[in-house]
Amino acid sequence: MHAVIQYLISIWVPLVCALVIVGVLPLVTGYIVLMERKVMADMQARLGPMRVGPHGLLQPIADAVKLLIKEDIIPDEADKAIFWIAPLISVTAGMLAMSALAIGPWFQIADLNVGLLFIVGISALGIFGIVLGGWSSNSHYSLLGALRSAAQLVSYETAAGMAVVGALLLAGTLSTREIVTAQGDYGTWFIFAAPVGFFIYVVASIAETNRAPFDLPEAESELVAGYMTEYSGFRWALYFLAEYTNMVVVASIATTLFLGGWLRPFAGTPAFNFLDYFPSALMIFVGAYCLYRAPKQPVKVQQLFMMVLGLAFFGVALILAAPLIGRVNDMLPGLKPGLHGAFWFLLKVGSYIYLFMWLRFTFPRYRFDQLMRLGWQFLIPLSIVNVMGIGLALVLHRQWGWSHWTAFPLTTALTLLVAGWLGWAGEKKDKEHVFVGES
Amino acid sequence: MPTQYIPIFIFAALAAAFPAVTLVIFRLIRPTPVAVGAKLKPYECGVEAEGDTRGRYSVRFYIVAILFVIFDVETTFLFPWAVLFSTREEGFRLEPVFALASMFVFLGILIIGYIWLFRKGALEWV
Repeated sequence: MHAVIQYLISIWVPLVCALVIVGVLPLVTGYIVLMERKVMADMQARLGPMRVGPHGLLQPIADAVKLLIKEDIIPDEADKAIFWIAPLISVTAGMLAMSALAIGPWFQIADLNVGLLFIVGISALGIFGIVLGGWSSNSHYSLLGALRSAAQLVSYETAAGMAVVGALLLAGTLSTREIVTAQGDYGTWFIFAAPVGFFIYVVASIAETNRAPFDLPEAESELVAGYMTEYSGFRWALYFLAEYTNMVVVASIATTLFLGGWLRPFAGTPAFNFLDYFPSALMIFVGAYCLYRAPKQPVKVQQLFMMVLGLAFFGVALILAAPLIGRVNDMLPGLKPGLHGAFWFLLKVGSYIYLFMWLRFTFPRYRFDQLMRLGWQFLIPLSIVNVMGIGLALVLHRQWGWSHWTAFPLTTALTLLVAGWLGWAGEKKDKEHVFVGES
Repeated sequence: MPTQYIPIFIFAALAAAFPAVTLVIFRLIRPTPVAVGAKLKPYECGVEAEGDTRGRYSVRFYIVAILFVIFDVETTFLFPWAVLFSTREEGFRLEPVFALASMFVFLGILIIGYIWLFRKGALEWV
């Protein structure tokens, strides 16, 4: 017993990270939902949730309480055990994929040497939760949603995996930490070396997280709510949690692989060192905006809430500014990469999720055959060509001494040519296509 | 280095316990389901559910599953190749031209298979 406690103390950093992720992630997903509703409202010229708390800031908590105390219905004909366990599988798989991700150099549960393979493998387990949930509900809508979801995930998994391989070719390692270090050594993020790979990953990750314009498994105009039609209350909330956790996971993978992980922009260029002040400046700006809005709140409690929130942002700004003071940096040299790394990583993840929302509110939903065609006839061949192109560029650079500036643009142009040809061929075929009922 | 996985196992236990425990504990607060009759029936827009769902469904889903296995295994083969192609560990890095040529052969066979599938119409949904 004593030895076990000793051991647990010796691994306290990963344990604290684990507790933080399990404790904070549900809250974070709640606020991502709020952010999504606010962004949607903004793009549709509305205000969005405004009632619960100032500017609707407490809405996620109210929603969580409502869902927790809602009546819990399991349909008569459902397979009870599987119905019970399916959402748990989804949530656990989504969360477990976070374990090998490095949110800044400090915050990581385990730096696995097979990190990325582990993340990709574990996050794909979430599909079991969806398929089992849809099957066990014993409802037609659920079953169709689950089948569609499985087919869609499976189709885009390959393209996403190939896009990941393209970035791995540049990094030469599977450990998330070393991938970020490799981008620091290259002096550029991999998005600039493999833009086509990034594009493939963005499209495939939207499809993998079942989000619009690829949200066919839960297309409400066709399938009510897809695989979660029969789920209500907290079980439904678990599926929701799993979906948004998966969004965070794919955003983190994209950030690690293509967007430089926790590195700030121009990390190796001293001329851009003023960007170190950006985190504090941003926090001060947000805090000041909160204080500016505070007197305009209708209720006294809300005014107080906004003031406290503004002061909290100022506090965060102070914490982020602390490592910039020379003496503090000398005492704790790890503080700056740890804090600022987490800031930049989360900023990039947030931007990626914002991109998801933007796409969701911009594009109309695909039809299922269009979706499958995009996956199998465009993205998969393109991703194979992308891997070949990056390999070719690396050989040109290493064997024949071409510079990066000529090798990568050349192969990217070649890949884009192939993409154009694939798109043109698909378009041509689409025109020739005659639907049943049309003459 | 299997000791690295111990925190992951603890995390897995926590991640699995969190939703399960919440689900069980809040049963005490939740109203007991008094649902009867139609409330417990599967939803089908208000009419009686037509037939059993445990029936047969489109064969295309099976085709997609089979194709996925092929392509995903190919991707899995590419992972170690990609890592060895530009690993920084001394002595493990593959010779660039040889590595690229062998992968072009591998992917070439994959592309030939892909073209065959395409011409067979296995990649068409309708």
